[in-house]
Formats: sequence, structure tokens, C-alpha cells
Amino acid sequence: MNSLVKRRGFYYALAVAIPTFYLYLQSSNVTTSVFSIAVTFAMPLALAAMVGIMCERTGIVNIGIEGTLLLTSFVAFYAAIATKSILIGFCIAMATGVAMSLLLALMSVTWKMDQIIAGTILNILATGLTSFFYIQGNMLPNMFKQKPIPGLSNIPFFGDVLFKHGVLMYLGFVVILTLYFALFHTSWGLRSRAVGEHPSAADTAGVSVSKLRYINVAVAGAIGGLCGSYLVLELVGSWNRGFTAGKGFTALALMIFGRWNPLGALAAAMFFGLSQAGANQLMIDGTVNIPPQFVGILPYVMVIIVLAISAGKVRPPAAEGQPYEKGQG
Amino acid sequence: MSALINEVKGKKQKYDVGSWLVPIISVLAAMLVASLLMLLQGLDPVLAYNSLFTAAFGSSEGIAATLGKATPLVLSGLAVTLGLRAGLFNIGVQGQLLSGALASAWAGYALTNLPPFIHVSVALGFGFFFGALVGAIAGYLKAFRGVHEVITTIMLNSIVMGIVDYLASHPFKEPDQALTRTPQIIESVRLPMFGLLPSGFFVAVFLACAMWWILGYTTTGFRFNSVGRNRFAAWYAGISYKRTIFFAMLFSGGIAGLGGAVETLGITYRFEPAFNLGLGFDGITIALLGRVHPIGIIPGAILIGGMRAGAANMQFDAGVAPELVDLLLAMILLFVTAPLISRFFKNSSNRSLTGGWGN
Repeated sequence: MNSLVKRRGFYYALAVAIPTFYLYLQSSNVTTSVFSIAVTFAMPLALAAMVGIMCERTGIVNIGIEGTLLLTSFVAFYAAIATKSILIGFCIAMATGVAMSLLLALMSVTWKMDQIIAGTILNILATGLTSFFYIQGNMLPNMFKQKPIPGLSNIPFFGDVLFKHGVLMYLGFVVILTLYFALFHTSWGLRSRAVGEHPSAADTAGVSVSKLRYINVAVAGAIGGLCGSYLVLELVGSWNRGFTAGKGFTALALMIFGRWNPLGALAAAMFFGLSQAGANQLMIDGTVNIPPQFVGILPYVMVIIVLAISAGKVRPPAAEGQPYEKGQG
Repeated sequence: MSALINEVKGKKQKYDVGSWLVPIISVLAAMLVASLLMLLQGLDPVLAYNSLFTAAFGSSEGIAATLGKATPLVLSGLAVTLGLRAGLFNIGVQGQLLSGALASAWAGYALTNLPPFIHVSVALGFGFFFGALVGAIAGYLKAFRGVHEVITTIMLNSIVMGIVDYLASHPFKEPDQALTRTPQIIESVRLPMFGLLPSGFFVAVFLACAMWWILGYTTTGFRFNSVGRNRFAAWYAGISYKRTIFFAMLFSGGIAGLGGAVETLGITYRFEPAFNLGLGFDGITIALLGRVHPIGIIPGAILIGGMRAGAANMQFDAGVAPELVDLLLAMILLFVTAPLISRFFKNSSNRSLTGGWGN
């Protein structure tokens, strides 16, 4: 199974690498900039997918990612303005993400509510709070600037694509790689996955199901805070109503497409970001004349097609969406 | 569970007070929390609520406006309810409603040679059909490809919004107009008002009653409910799970599309992409506020319709942003679904409504 996945991943990589190399030979500047932009599109989606993976691997469905991103980006923006420090804004956004996650955990673990509805509450609550407290016409004191990593950023192509970004982008990569390692190579990861697959077995083995679910969902909230901060403090620099524009939902699809695996979701997000950046570039070039609305819906159509092909074949964590009752199952 | 055990033991279940008291207390609690937020902002909550509800229910024009707002909300709530009964969480009501609204607007201005009664039916039918089409895509993907409906319906919302925006700004656009909108529908296809009552409201209430009857007293309804409660048991009883969820999603989308059509034909008289925003998401709150019961959603829709209708007045009188209503709805949803209030009522246990990813 594992080798199959690896082989499949190898073919995917090859399918992207060969045309990329060809395009790079054709015009290196454009190709590099498209890939660099694709990475900035992909990172928030990948981080949002990590929020989903953290929750779902322990058996909590989180469709409130969109709300988490919306509220944390909002808080990051206004906290940074109020304190005149983007670093404090970032920290407060992380704390907000954790707080929202704890609300989700309270609803789904302690109160054993329907988890899809619990997530919907997060989304509607974030929409309500942000649109009620939104004030127009504020400016950030500054943003997280581009900081090329010495040495690595001199590598042709990859240096420009991967190592010429801001601090939060690098932090995002670190989080994703750490999560992958932790999930599959540490005892915490094994316990988490056990709780997501078969909570009563994990309970019998001495793992506290509720406690682990609370911890993982809280960490997921912090990742959500990082994602919201990245969006507002590093990528965009301003905030308006409906700022996150469905990224949290797209991330859920990428999580499924990436088989609940951090690296898989990262690859899916890259593929997604690349298609978006490519479509944008085609529009700018005027190579193709498609209405902007159709370029806008292209990613969503792709998500549906991709899921229609892959969803039946992937399997979510078995205990997902079910509150754990001691002594049942 | 306890209710079921009582049933098995032959104990007669007491009338469930919680089923209607919990929503009422939830609304009051949400208003209380929202008034604290208003106080934090230095605003006067009493004045705000007073102006909100006077505008919504205090005059005959206000009531007409409220019922006008409530009409598509009843249908959108019904669409969510039908899905939830079959164990499907249709977050795509927004998109289905938009496509129905645009389709009926097109039928309303482009088809001009039809007799009025047939024209109205055709326009409503267009709304139903295109809403059902969007719903059926999600239903097909769920039933036959195993793609979860929460994902597909959210994606379809964005897709429909893009397509509808394109259609309203290019092929169906009102000529010589800067705004992105379709031409007005012709006079004879507009839904009339019966005094204070928009005739669309009767359509909505009739459909709510019909759904109550179908879900409660027919084999079709039994199929929906069994699949929603336990699809394995339904399968064991010989009910086709795939067919049932496909049709549940199709009809849910159709009802949502009808909601869009009724709004176009009865209130806005044209399609404009910004007109119907949020109606689909309000439907979720209304369905849960009405305890997933077709009749229960009517008062919920009237209440929320009233809040939407009075919000502008509240901003004018008390300086409270109309987005307060969104905040109120979020908190109503929280209070009505979380066991914060329902724990005090014996029989109103929260059963799981949706099936999670795996199903």
C-alpha cells in the first residue's frame, strides 16, 4: 500500500516536473514567478488542511475551519493595528484560534453534539462577529517582509520559488513537515491516530480519548491562527468582510484528496495553487479569453472532479464524527 | 435514547414541552448576549430591539415586508429540513436558491407570449428545475461516487455564484445598464399580494404542510426518515439508500430553487446577484430552530424574516450595524443546538442529525 502511494506520488511529481522544466527553458522568469505565486496561494490552503487533519485524525470533524480562518485573520489584523505590532497580532490570532477550537471541542467532545453542526456554528459565529465589529479604513503598521534564506535562495528556480518568502511561510512549512513526522513517527501520533480509528481500543490501552481530542483540536486551532495571520499579515495586508472566501472549505477537500496525510494535503494544495496561478497568468497574458468568473470557479470545479474520481477510494479515520462514550462500541 | 426506552417499555411519553420552549429561550438568550455586545459598543439595546421589532411587526407595511422576507426563508428552511431528515446536510441551499432565482427571472422576462397562469407556473417550474439540477449533482456524487455532500454543496455554491454572476453580467444582462442585473420580469408573471400576505407565502406554507404530511404519513417519507436515522436498518428493510439520498438531495435543491423563484417573482421582480445572499445559510438556522420539523420552521422563518426586514430601521434609529442580525442568528444556532438550554428539559435529547464524513 505504502509503496503504491509512493510510486503514484512519483508519477504525479514527474507529470508536473517535465512540463515545468520545458516551460522554464522557454521563459524562466514567468515560470518562476507563476510557481512562486502558486506557493503563496497554496500555503494558506495547506495550513488550513493541516487544521482539518489534526482534528480528523483524532476523530473530530471540523468544518469550522473557514470560520477559524475568518476570525483569526480578523483578530490578527485589528490586534496588530491596536498594538502597532504584527508580532502581537500574530500571537493573539493564535490564541483566538485555540479559543475557537476549544469551543469546537467543548461542543463535540464534552457535549457530544453533531460535529457538522458544531462546525457550522463556528462558521456562522465568525461571520456574525467579524461583520458586526468590522470597521472600514484601517491600515496595518507593517507586514511580515520577504526574507530570503541565505544560501538556499541562490539555488536556481527553487530558491526563488521556495526560499524567498516571509517568516510565516517558512513557519508554515516547518509546521507541515513536523506534523507529518509527528503523526507517523511519534507515540503521540500513534495515539492520535488510534483515537481516530478505534477510540475504545485506545481507551483500553490507557489513552485518554477526550483529553487527546481536546489537545489536538486546540493545536489545530493554533495552526488555524497561523494560517489566518499568514493571510492577513504576510500575504494580503488588509481585511474585508468575507476575507477568507471559502479557503477553509477548499482545504477540507484538499485534505480528503491528500488522504488525511500532511504531505499529501500539501501536494494537493500545491497542485491547486499552481492551477490557480497558471489560470491567472493565462488571463494576464491574454492567451485565452475566458470570463473572469469562469477562472474564479475553475478551482472549485477541479475539487469536485478530483473528489468524484478519488473520494470513493479513500477512507476517512473510522471513528470520525462520533462522540466517544465509554463502554460503548 | 431514554425516549426510545420509554416507548419500548410502554410508558406513554409526556408531551415534550422542550420542543417549543427551547427555541424560544434560545432566541431570548441570544438577544441577551447581543445586548451585552451592544452595551460594550456604547449603544442602547432597548432602543435597538424596540426599533427592530416595531419596524418588523408594528405596522401593516412592516408585517408585509416581514412576510415577504420570510417566504424564501421558509422554503430554504424546508430544503435544509428535508436534507437533514434523510441524514444529509445541504449547505448548498444558497447556490440552489440562486440558480432557481436566475432561471425564474429569465423565464419571467424572456417568455412573453404565455397566458399569465401558465407563465407563472412555468417560471416557478424553472426555479424548481434548476435548483433541483444543482441539488441532483450533489446527490449523484454522494450516492454513487461517495463524495460527501457538505464538500460538494459548498463547492457548488461557489460555482453557481460564478456562473450566475457571469450570466447576469453578460447574456442575461439588462441592456444599457451599468448594474449587473437582469431586466425586470413582465407584469403578468408577478406573484400578487393578498392584502398583507404575499401569495408566495401561501405557496411556502402549503409546501411546509405537504412536507409534514409526506414525511409523517407516507412511505416516501418513511424511506427518507429511515435512511436518515439508520441507513443500515433502512437497507435491511429493502430501502435503496442510494436512490433515497439522490432524490432527497434533488428535492431539497428543488425546494431551495423554488424559494429563489418565489422571491424573484414576488418581491425583487428581477435577478441581481447581491439580492439573495445569505438566504441559504439562514435556512440552516431556521431548520434547526424549528427542530427539523416542517411546520416548526414557519415561525422561525417569520422571526428571522422580521429581523432582516427591521435591521435597516434599527441602524437608522439606534446606530446598530445591521450585521447584528447575523450575530444574533449565530448565537441562536448555538443555543438551540448546544445542550446549554435543552439539558433542563427531560425529553429533548439531541440526536445526531448528520452522518459525519464516512457515511
